[in-house]
Amino acid sequence: MIDVDFSLVNWSRAQFALTAMYHWIFVPLTLGLSFLCAFFETIYIKTGNEQWKSITRFWMTLFGINFAIGVATGIILEFQFGTNWSNYSWMVGDIFGAPLAIEGIFAFFLEATFFAVMFFGWDRVSKGFHCFSTWMVAIGSNLSAVWILVANGWMQNPVGMAFNPETVRFEMENFAAVIFNPVAVYKFTHTSSSGFLFASLFVLTISSWYLLKGRHIEMAKKSIIVASVFGLISSVFVAFTGDEAAFEVAQQQPMKLAAMEGLYKGEKGAGLVAMGILNSAKKPGDDQDAFLFEVKIPELLSLLANRKPGSFVPGVDDLVYGNKDENVMGVNAMMKKGQLALADLASYKKAKKEKNDVGAAEALTRFDVNKDYLGYGYLSTPEEAVPSVPIVFNAFHIMVVLGSLFPVIFAAFLFYALKGTLTEKRWLLPIGLISGLLGFLAQQSGWVVAEVGRQPWAIQGLMPVKVATTNLSTTSVQVTFFMFVAVFTLLLIAEISIMLKQISIGPEGH
Amino acid sequence: MIANLDYVTLQQLWWVLCSVVGALFLFLTFVQGGNTLLWQVAKTETENALVVNSLGRKWELTFTTLVLFGGALFASFPKFYSTSFGGAYWVWMLILFTFIIQAVSFEYRTKPANVLGAKVYELFLFINGSVGVLLIGAAVGTFYTGSNFSLNDYNQVTWQYTLGGVNLRGLEAAFSLFNLSMGLFLVFNARVLGALYLLNNIELGSVAAMETRLRKAVWTNFLCSLPFLLYVVGAILLMKGFHVDESGVVSKVSFKYFFNLLALPHLLVMLLGGLGLVILGVMGGAFKGSTKGIWPAGLGTVLVGLCVLCLPAFNSTSFYPSKFDLQSSLTIYNASSSHYTLATMTYVALAIPFVLAYVAYVWKQMDSKKLTSQEAMDSEAY
Repeated sequence: MIDVDFSLVNWSRAQFALTAMYHWIFVPLTLGLSFLCAFFETIYIKTGNEQWKSITRFWMTLFGINFAIGVATGIILEFQFGTNWSNYSWMVGDIFGAPLAIEGIFAFFLEATFFAVMFFGWDRVSKGFHCFSTWMVAIGSNLSAVWILVANGWMQNPVGMAFNPETVRFEMENFAAVIFNPVAVYKFTHTSSSGFLFASLFVLTISSWYLLKGRHIEMAKKSIIVASVFGLISSVFVAFTGDEAAFEVAQQQPMKLAAMEGLYKGEKGAGLVAMGILNSAKKPGDDQDAFLFEVKIPELLSLLANRKPGSFVPGVDDLVYGNKDENVMGVNAMMKKGQLALADLASYKKAKKEKNDVGAAEALTRFDVNKDYLGYGYLSTPEEAVPSVPIVFNAFHIMVVLGSLFPVIFAAFLFYALKGTLTEKRWLLPIGLISGLLGFLAQQSGWVVAEVGRQPWAIQGLMPVKVATTNLSTTSVQVTFFMFVAVFTLLLIAEISIMLKQISIGPEGH
Repeated sequence: MIANLDYVTLQQLWWVLCSVVGALFLFLTFVQGGNTLLWQVAKTETENALVVNSLGRKWELTFTTLVLFGGALFASFPKFYSTSFGGAYWVWMLILFTFIIQAVSFEYRTKPANVLGAKVYELFLFINGSVGVLLIGAAVGTFYTGSNFSLNDYNQVTWQYTLGGVNLRGLEAAFSLFNLSMGLFLVFNARVLGALYLLNNIELGSVAAMETRLRKAVWTNFLCSLPFLLYVVGAILLMKGFHVDESGVVSKVSFKYFFNLLALPHLLVMLLGGLGLVILGVMGGAFKGSTKGIWPAGLGTVLVGLCVLCLPAFNSTSFYPSKFDLQSSLTIYNASSSHYTLATMTYVALAIPFVLAYVAYVWKQMDSKKLTSQEAMDSEAY
């Protein structure tokens, strides 16, 4: 039986995860479809062919339906940092708030301002200005992703800041380090390019359906060519940035990497699990085998994680209990340091309150020695530092397998579309039809890897989620959780219904 | 140069910047006001389409400004962000829900197979325009009346108000006549602005009956707003305020905000000038056949909003006072980000005039021609 902890922190996590996952249904489509609309419209401007205008308007309609619900779910995310994670907001607001504010200034206004032109400006502004507006919406949408992923990257790899015991918070010291944080850079490039890929698959899905039905054939073929080129380029970029992102994970979040690979005992020359079935009874520190079945590619994990064949990759057990031979400090040792840091911080605050400057200075000196382990002081057991290995492992492998499949699909569609024989390939079109669903699965899996793999940390190594949460009654969060479930599900049903109807109507309706 | 500005200057600058964004949001609530007018002023299908499509081309700006207001407060006054949003949980959640349901309503309302039907989406718009704005007003009211929180040594918030054993998490703000009056004033002011905006944006030639209803709505909603406005202004002048002395100790002082107005005469000028501009816009829209009343009334709302947001923050005043524990009260000096962050954000804020310029340019491009019935009834219209 699954042991579920229905505490406040878990309801708060569930609510945030629910909102983020709903949001992430719509956002990747927005990121990619906005650029595809811009491509279609640019071709229309260049060729003057009215069919491209019709194609642009058709995909723009689907973009608009999707965009609205993406906005609706997005506002909740920003404000939930305050409502449900108020301790987090205070402790890192000095750093984390800045990217969110910049996102508003630079990205949201670009989107909001030019969105109206994109949809209602066809007869109100010049062709050129309209096309410019479509590009601005695409750029604005993706700029928005930059800033939110800078913020998210900082949570995974907190850089450019220092803890201020006076204010009991982390304060920014180097804005450039926050922006150019390598985790953030690869998180943005990987995430946005995966959005391009997903949107391209979405176009393939709908276009394949038209071809199977024998409707709107010219429009479908043209859409497929543009989407396949965009998707193919994006999928190569996704693979490259995914590799770099995994390398950063190995450097900054080794526990997450161990979970992604189901690696419990560290190895030199570690192999990469190509496929496998995890032993669900396996716990950190026990002697059970991690896998019931596995196929490994020798040495590859060491190469990907450290760029060095034969190098040591720590497993869950090394990270939890330490490995002196490989110079890995375990969570158990870090917890002791963290507990000392918390005690010294409390002594410092007490001495300051009592105006005991000597005592405060001494406490601060002691605190400084262990402050980097502050977050570990809040953990109850060393095993608490381990995320759910089965969830992270399976999500990671689903993402990788599907990500490897997509370039093949794009290449096949592009090849036959250019050859002019696509409609004859009845075996390929059903693959195109389900490809959007596979893209969706890969997208959600990617976020599960990133966020479940980060647990139990709100900020890697510095603040566990149980400290970050707002001091609320569990009932309040339960009520809002179910309110979100009801509202978002209702809106999702409406969105899908409207989208299907618009697809059924087709480009002639535009 | 910006990095050399002293900490206090940056803190004050950022409160002003946040207030400007907040005041602009109050102007842009003409969308919310318009949402609530839909069933009142639009009696035919064409009129309905005109109102929804006119507002639907601006809703995103209001929404984005609200998000920016939240983001700017998070970046510059994180202690306020964590205390208010984490503390007054239910108020903010309800506000957010009203904005979620609005976000899809314009896009989905007339789309075939929209599951809920047009009337439900119109109801969502009404809820956003009424409940959403009312609660925002009540939340602003707590800048003057205070809230029920305490902060510990680690600045973690605990909300202290219970009714029948239930912690209301901010909903008790609605029990204050002042907060309610502030909220209702904003609701009726938004409706005035909404009617003025629609008069400005729609080609009225073919909808003369709706024009009459809109002009009537400008006047009746202005009259409805007056008692609440007068109560709010009167109460501000007479109420005790939350004074902060040089050592940071907070105490309640009689006529605090009245003295603040005297000490900060530019705010008094903004308040009076703003109210005058609103009246000018109302008179033009209601009685003189003008279609440009939205501009003076909008500018007036911005000025009044600036005054309302700055008055409880400057002249040694707590902008987010705690009724439960006076010494937990927030000031712009104890709630702000660090000097480094504020300076960095100030560099970023240099882009704001550029953003405002392109928003204005695009607005002008799009609204140079009035919205016609034909356009509003187009198959791709909202």
